[in-house]
Amino acid sequence: MYGFLIAVGVLLLLSIIWMVYRIQTLVSVVKGSDKKIASGSNKINAILFVVFLVGSGLLMFWYSIKEFDNYQLPIASEHGVVTDRLFWITMAITGVVFLITHILLFIFPYKYQYKESRKATFYPDNNKLEIIWTAVPGVVLAGLVISGWMAWSDITAPAPENAHVIEVMGYQFAWDIRYAGKDNVLGEHDFRLITAQNSAGVNFKDKNAVDDFFSPVVVIPKGEPVLFKIRARDVLHSVFAPHMRLKMDAVPGMPTRFWFVATKTTEEMRAETGNPEFNYEIACTEICGRGHNGMRKVIEVVEPEAYQKWFAEQKTFLQNDPSLANGMETEMSELAEIQ
Amino acid sequence: MATASVATHDSAHDHHDHEHHDNFVTKYIFSTDHKMIGKQYLVTGIFWAIIGGFLSILFRLQLGFPDMDMEFLRPILGGWITEEGQLDQTFYLALVTMHGTIMVFFVLTAGLSGTFSNFLIPLQIGARDMASGFMNMLSYWLFFISGVIMFISLFLKTGPAGGGWVVYPPLSALEQAIPGSGLGMTLWLVAMTFFIASSLLGGINYITTIINLRTKGMSFSRLPLTIWAFFLTAVIGLLSFPVLFSAALLLVFDRSFGTSFYLSDIYISGEALPNTGGSPVLYQHLFWFLGHPEVYIVLLPALGITSEVIATNSRKPIFGYKAMIISMLGITILSFIVWAHHMFVSGMNPFLGSIFMFLTLIIAIPSAVKVFNYLTTLWRGNLIFTPGMLFSIGLVSFFISGGLTGIFLGNSAIDIQLHDTYFVVAHFHLVMGSASFFGMLAGVYHWFPKMFGRMMDARLGYVHFWITFVGVYMVFFPMHYIGIAGFPRRYYSWTNFEFSNMYTDLNMFVSAAAIVTFAAQGIFLFNFFYSMYRGRKATQNPWRSTTLEWTAPIHPGHGNWPGEIPSVYRWPYDYSKPGAEEDFIPQTVPLSATPESNLPHEQEQVKLEIEIMKEEEAVLASNESEH
Repeated sequence: MYGFLIAVGVLLLLSIIWMVYRIQTLVSVVKGSDKKIASGSNKINAILFVVFLVGSGLLMFWYSIKEFDNYQLPIASEHGVVTDRLFWITMAITGVVFLITHILLFIFPYKYQYKESRKATFYPDNNKLEIIWTAVPGVVLAGLVISGWMAWSDITAPAPENAHVIEVMGYQFAWDIRYAGKDNVLGEHDFRLITAQNSAGVNFKDKNAVDDFFSPVVVIPKGEPVLFKIRARDVLHSVFAPHMRLKMDAVPGMPTRFWFVATKTTEEMRAETGNPEFNYEIACTEICGRGHNGMRKVIEVVEPEAYQKWFAEQKTFLQNDPSLANGMETEMSELAEIQ
Repeated sequence: MATASVATHDSAHDHHDHEHHDNFVTKYIFSTDHKMIGKQYLVTGIFWAIIGGFLSILFRLQLGFPDMDMEFLRPILGGWITEEGQLDQTFYLALVTMHGTIMVFFVLTAGLSGTFSNFLIPLQIGARDMASGFMNMLSYWLFFISGVIMFISLFLKTGPAGGGWVVYPPLSALEQAIPGSGLGMTLWLVAMTFFIASSLLGGINYITTIINLRTKGMSFSRLPLTIWAFFLTAVIGLLSFPVLFSAALLLVFDRSFGTSFYLSDIYISGEALPNTGGSPVLYQHLFWFLGHPEVYIVLLPALGITSEVIATNSRKPIFGYKAMIISMLGITILSFIVWAHHMFVSGMNPFLGSIFMFLTLIIAIPSAVKVFNYLTTLWRGNLIFTPGMLFSIGLVSFFISGGLTGIFLGNSAIDIQLHDTYFVVAHFHLVMGSASFFGMLAGVYHWFPKMFGRMMDARLGYVHFWITFVGVYMVFFPMHYIGIAGFPRRYYSWTNFEFSNMYTDLNMFVSAAAIVTFAAQGIFLFNFFYSMYRGRKATQNPWRSTTLEWTAPIHPGHGNWPGEIPSVYRWPYDYSKPGAEEDFIPQTVPLSATPESNLPHEQEQVKLEIEIMKEEEAVLASNESEH
């Protein structure tokens, strides 16, 4: 019944629009306005451009200012400060260009709308102008490129020696976190060794794997470099920690990495944002299948002392599940027990 | 040139003889007339735009109104609506994928380039038809087959391809990873193969025609900017589409024949696959080697159309004709060496990232020059706001807005945070999606009289423009905020994360704006099809334009000009020339006929011109005696 009523309503609306359309067409034919080069609509369109300029401009400024704290995520890493500064410098420069070009683009239609009495200015070229507006953007862009390049080189430079090594492995649809243990070296892995117990395919025959341990949460110390060694075991994923300004694809068969220094503990951020529930998060930003939007992992940033304490308390893979040591040489399995 | 024009003249006579025997099939279906093929592309493009737009409305409903009961869509979507009345998560990804594929390839490549290159090239350069009418027909029908296959894939039980329009392996290679990578992906690859073949046939034809079949006097420096744009677009397509084909071919091998070009070290669904040594990043390089030039394949024709429409309706020459050509050349060349800016965080060597950042930001310069030139063309013009002109101005606005955000994304350091967020979605939907779409609409409004001999209704055009223009900004501008806040793209919902568990209001607003904007296209559809049969009859040159197509009859037959092809004596932008009586001088008016408005260097050319005209008369006379 509803459907029928809606259909009738739509039909009526359409027929009214239709009649209005026919009438105005006939009226314009009678008036002869269709013979004119520019009808009265020309002026209306010209005015609408100015209305649009002012209206949307005000809306943009109002919303950008009002919502600033919502869309500007707090920064929690050292390089994040740099990239955000670059972002806002670029925003300032492009913002000015955006405003000037749009003001011109929408004012000109109003100012130079068609008048029968006037003739347009024949102005086919001006090499000087062309050179100026090739050179000026060139110089500005060169500045942006150089500052961006310097930041990029620093961010992608090899991690410091003392960085805490953590492996982040993506799979459908979660992240596995493996710590390198006391030796700070991750044990080897091989995708053919993956089993239900050994989801990361760690090769426990490798001495470096003996002290590796798993964690459900990424715990990292504040103020110390952390190196994420990133890989995937099925399809592409991408590690995205928005507050850390960190993103790197996880590629099956090709390990990637990203190192950073966290600057605020989770507690400090909770105080800063006034949200006692706040957590740093990792999300996936490379389409990976049905559960793409659910690959959440929490990062917990703590003071270095608390980190040391937590680190010492962790049980290794082998302590949790001694059966993983099957097939290991005796000398090494003893080593594992001592750990 | 003289001999060439004689040859085309003769073949035109053959065409004229044929014309009387045209039956329905040869006239409307297997036509070799470039004008009909252009219209076929246009109507097919419109069909795909409706499908592509509709798909986007479906996923915007999910994003804007996640709790909505979608039971009412079950008649269309069937099993893709879950028992709880929600959109299926996997199908959501398929929707996103098909929306992208359809819009980029079927609407903005075939629908835009296919329509206007076919329709305008022979008419604007003064040719009887394309270099090879048969290849041209083949090009359309391969596109049609490609479309049919892609359309069928929408109805598969396992769904169409669902790995994003970029179809990165391993996701697109492994059926275990997502059901759409089964038969749906196979059909995607087959469809794209046909599509690539179609693009290449079309492109070869455009290039050959422009180089070889220009009428007398139509030198490269007298080509309208539309033709320059179509020419360079075809060159880009010819050089880059084969690389996509190779990428797709290797993917076919990986999927069906057990090779490991892109696959390595994979453990999925409880088993380790035998593949080792492949690289998913290799696919990304190959894909984006087409994928980035593709952006310009989509955009350049729109910019060309805009140049023409803005100049005509400003009653002014386009400012910096040579600079515009040089910019387009620059964009063409640079478009091939910026592809890896899509891959800053793909794990490729960061040194490459630095190189590509540098190259990417260079490409902003020719783009900026084009914008400034458009602005200067408007300056002190005598602007007539036809719907085509409105859409062209809208295009310039989108090109600025979307282009500027490209400066953020092209900077690898800033891109770390913004990559694959809604900032990117906002960026490319404005600069390539909406801008090109507006170029296409501007073209349709502007050349409709030439296509169908009737005018579209201007007032409906104004309403259509204003709703669409405001609507597009309402849809895509808020996405910048959402993107700066870090919302990842291709997410079914954002509520799993604390950082993105907000902006439900803004997403609702975006979705509502999208629905209104989509619905407003109904105005255009009505206007288009109604005006085709009932619109006011057009005059021969309704916009008082200088270019050659307006010298052809209102309903040009196969062969375009009934008699001799007109010769060209001047560049296409003699608008409001000082001294001239009218505010435009068509390209066919000899300089010797307008001594009052000639510039000093043109006055010198007059003598040369008279010689050429004499020669031409001699050729004409000899033709007459032959027949």
